[in-house]
Amino acid sequence: MEIDPFIFRLSIFILSIFIGYYVVWSVTPSLHTPLMSVTNAISSVIIVGAIIAALAETNSNIFETSNIFGFLAIILAAVNIFGGFLVTQRMLQMYKKKKK
Amino acid sequence: MSANLSAFFYLISGILFILALRGLSSPETSRQGNYFGIAGMVISIIVTFLSVGNFGPGFIYVLIFLILGGSVGAFIAFKIPMTAMPELVAGFHSLVGLAAVFVAISAFLNPEAFSLGFIGNIKLASLIEMSLGAAIGAITFSGSIIAFLKLRGIMSGAPITFKGQHFINLILGLAIIFLIFYLCRSQASNIFWLLVTISFIVGVLLIIPIGGADMPVVISMLNSYSGWAAAGIGFTLENTALIITGALVGSSGAILSYIMCKGMNRSFFNVILGGWGANEQSGSSESKEQKPVKNGNADDAAFLMKNASSVIIVPGYGMAVAQAQHALREMVDALKKNGVKVSYAIHPVAGRMPGHMNVLLAEANVPYDEVFELEEINNDFANCDVAYVIGANDVTNPIAKTDPQSPIYGMPILDVEKSKSVLFVKRSLSPGYAGIDNDLFYRDNTLMLFADAKKMTEEIVKSL
Repeated sequence: MEIDPFIFRLSIFILSIFIGYYVVWSVTPSLHTPLMSVTNAISSVIIVGAIIAALAETNSNIFETSNIFGFLAIILAAVNIFGGFLVTQRMLQMYKKKKK
Repeated sequence: MSANLSAFFYLISGILFILALRGLSSPETSRQGNYFGIAGMVISIIVTFLSVGNFGPGFIYVLIFLILGGSVGAFIAFKIPMTAMPELVAGFHSLVGLAAVFVAISAFLNPEAFSLGFIGNIKLASLIEMSLGAAIGAITFSGSIIAFLKLRGIMSGAPITFKGQHFINLILGLAIIFLIFYLCRSQASNIFWLLVTISFIVGVLLIIPIGGADMPVVISMLNSYSGWAAAGIGFTLENTALIITGALVGSSGAILSYIMCKGMNRSFFNVILGGWGANEQSGSSESKEQKPVKNGNADDAAFLMKNASSVIIVPGYGMAVAQAQHALREMVDALKKNGVKVSYAIHPVAGRMPGHMNVLLAEANVPYDEVFELEEINNDFANCDVAYVIGANDVTNPIAKTDPQSPIYGMPILDVEKSKSVLFVKRSLSPGYAGIDNDLFYRDNTLMLFADAKKMTEEIVKSL
């Protein structure tokens, strides 16, 4: 009997939740704000779906409704990707140790 | 690019995202972690381009929109003041939510492009996944917009409650489940639109009853939602990077919500149902107004701190509002020159988002090894000469330990009252967010400094 590929994805999902659980508990509380901004940035990997949607070929017209939603999603995700990673970087630059 | 090869690269992206979070376990490794995250993102985007393989005119448009959005994002990231971090994060969450909704809509309108079946005959599992992604995404979007408006001060931070609120939420929640079920049977597009609309409404209703100081929980919760929405879309697209990321972000937000709730000793549901202290306490505070307080000025405060051997600073949301972190740092420098030992004590829920105070202090060049969490520093108050409380209130209120009737009873607090003397920088005697009078104001060893946090701190610097 064959295993449905969905089960594999579900396994990846559940194992990732566990990884997330342990990794996030080890984040130092003083970096909780950068944690939020970086998780925000990485969740914009949803842009993958947006690109597929935008580039889908529909009746040789690249501006079908479904493409337009894809393009809109690309803009939103791009704001997040650049904004999220850069603001995280900016914050992390500020965390400095005492000068000895 | 073959599907197997691209799946492998998506897995690499997922691993890089895990390493990005792992890096945050200490400030030294955090910057490297951020680069891992960026690398993961770049790989994902390039692999997607290669696997779609469509480099026609559409590709040019994709690049244009990517650069357009990217420059807006970069501009915001460089311009935003650190004090505005909470609303920025809330705003970014709303974008992820809306992007998830748009991708789900697109997949619903053109399922062939994602090989999910055909219009009117979408695979059952895909339909469930995309409607869950769309619903959670929509809730994240509208909820984050409300959180943004509240944090920005465009909307009042006060909880908005009305009769039958929880009942309406329950009905709408059930309606979402029913609609998803019905959508699977009928595949009708108007059901899908109705589902998205109701989800937008639920997002608004979910956040309006939650007050300003509970925002740390709300932001963490919305963070978690944006993750689950991404995971839902990830299942639809059968994309490993998106599934891994969604799970990571979802659990990260959930853990932060838990930490924030624990910092207030409240259950998650208690926060979500909202309206804390809005109605119970409003009438009882008038009788207490008459108690005498010791009122001091900047010279008194400077004198006290200069002659102390150790000072602990307790910052709160008031410091963020007044933008007093730079002045505070100058004051600490002056004190250190006088041989005073200074450290900072941060309560988990100080400010409007997790880690809010730490970022502001870091911005003012305070070394992170002088900043301590509640458990690390709480025993030190007993040996400390002066506690300088700047813009914090409820998190220092000893009533949390003594009065079981109080709404904040059981909340872990900073033991400020144990230090030899306490300086309270506050604009007035008004109670804090929880609406409870702080007994500390009236103690003999407390000196109240009534002023704007920044002005008072600057004056202290001058008299030092």
